[in-house]
Amino acid sequence: MRSRSPRATDPSPLRRGEGWTRWLFLAPAAAYLLLFFGCPMVDNAVMGFQQYTVTTFYTGDAPFVGLRNYAALVSSADFPRTVLTTALFTAGSVLGQFVLGLALALFFRRRFPLGGVLRALLLVPWLLPLVATGTIWKWMLDPDTGVVNAVLRGLHLTSSGVPWLTGTSPALLSVVLVNVWVGVPFNTAILYGALRDIPPYLYEAAALDGAGPAAAFRHITWPLLRPAVRVVLVLGVVYTVKVLDVILVVTGGGPAGATETLATRAYELSFRQFDFGRGAAAGNLLIVLSLLFAVLHLRADRRTRTEVIP
Amino acid sequence: MKRPPGRGGRLSTLVGIVLLAVMLFPVYWMVNASLQPAGNTLRGEWFPFHPDLGGYAAALRDQGPNLLTSLVVALGSALLSLTLAAPAAHALARFRLRGTRVLLLGVLATQAVPGIVVANALFGAYNDLGLLNSRLGLVLADSTAGVPFSIVVLHAFMRGIPEEIIEAARVDGAGRLRVFRSVVLPLSRNALITAGVFAFLFAWSDFLFALTLTTTDTVRPVTLGVYQYLGAHTDHWNAVMATGVLASLPAAVLLVLAQRHVTGTATGAAVK
Repeated sequence: MRSRSPRATDPSPLRRGEGWTRWLFLAPAAAYLLLFFGCPMVDNAVMGFQQYTVTTFYTGDAPFVGLRNYAALVSSADFPRTVLTTALFTAGSVLGQFVLGLALALFFRRRFPLGGVLRALLLVPWLLPLVATGTIWKWMLDPDTGVVNAVLRGLHLTSSGVPWLTGTSPALLSVVLVNVWVGVPFNTAILYGALRDIPPYLYEAAALDGAGPAAAFRHITWPLLRPAVRVVLVLGVVYTVKVLDVILVVTGGGPAGATETLATRAYELSFRQFDFGRGAAAGNLLIVLSLLFAVLHLRADRRTRTEVIP
Repeated sequence: MKRPPGRGGRLSTLVGIVLLAVMLFPVYWMVNASLQPAGNTLRGEWFPFHPDLGGYAAALRDQGPNLLTSLVVALGSALLSLTLAAPAAHALARFRLRGTRVLLLGVLATQAVPGIVVANALFGAYNDLGLLNSRLGLVLADSTAGVPFSIVVLHAFMRGIPEEIIEAARVDGAGRLRVFRSVVLPLSRNALITAGVFAFLFAWSDFLFALTLTTTDTVRPVTLGVYQYLGAHTDHWNAVMATGVLASLPAAVLLVLAQRHVTGTATGAAVK
């Protein structure tokens, strides 16, 4: 570790004697992060073992009930479905964002007039408040009056229209679609940056060797893009698994719980049913899920690295 | 690699415009809907041939105070984020403190903490402290997005400031605070603007904390306003969409205004 080296003690005589002031620069931010990330996480861990009711916040009475919150959560009839929905929502969103993002990044790598402007405008979906995004899509996907079904009907692809928000399977597809739309710009931006870093002479050499575009992609682009791919996929999962706004606005978790994820469940338990204990338990499961993914990913990462560099 | 754009280039431009039109259609549809006359827009036109500002009038009447609340909260959050993050980023970039790496890792790890977990715990704490339904409470909670982001952006930039510049100021007798205030901060102007703009946008777009940490109508950001509008006025889509446009405006305006600085930071980071 670098900080353990002798230089860490600041050899310059000018700096001696005011060592503690250095920590003053760090203290406010550190205190904030502890108060607004550290404490809430500890609080939630504790709350997961407590029973909250509607009156808890008046009486302050929240008895410890051991693992009862977790047991109730896991044994509830719709828990398996909630976990499956969380997994499908996350996987669908992340893969959709990635594939479309990569396609757009590859397209924008060509040089053409207005390319830069178009690429900048592509960021717009990412910058809109998610509530605005959800509202637009909710209206566009409305089974009766929405423009999506109007277009599908106009093209004679469907006669009655797709029940985007009212059918259980289409509703899940709808929230994935909206979330993909939100995430594509971010994926495009990161992957575009990574594509730009690949030296052009590699492609020239490959072309001299007679490699076509497909071979060039497989043997040059993809291997060199791997680190960036990993970044967008990991960030994608971490960000998607906790998405709440999009689902709440577009479907509200419905119909019949078809778009209920662990995050929306945590929200409903705490802020609709005022069972903060069980809400905390759901939130904690969400964190464990994220951590599990991160650990699995890090292990897979190490394995690939040892494979590439023995 | 500089080829003059030929026919292939123009074809690409055309394809690019079509792709962008598809991607941005929902945004167009929002603007279009916001300009339609009131009532159920069952037969909504594809183009606002007869633009009607009734939607905007209704939106401003109903959501005006909420827009103001959002503005105050977002400005407060941007300010708080920079105030906390700038000194911390400087310390992490310059002073070889023990545990710098662990701290940076911790800052990154905050990205994995679900907002609902934070809200779940904050509700009880805010209830005890009287911070529910307050602008201060929202500023503090919304900064959970801005503070870590600003630390990362500012740290990346400040690390690139040449040591010689700092050293020269120190030799001239400037103390740590002086160096930070008179040398590092002015040099980091673009990075500060970038971080501030994003912290503002994060807070402006916040929905989760607005939803969970307010229980009355007294303090209501516009994101929550749209959500509740949506529940109550599904037959007044033009007003709902006009509010959506108004809620999206700061993002557009800030990005256009700040783009020079944002790209400046990106280039700076790339050069480093």
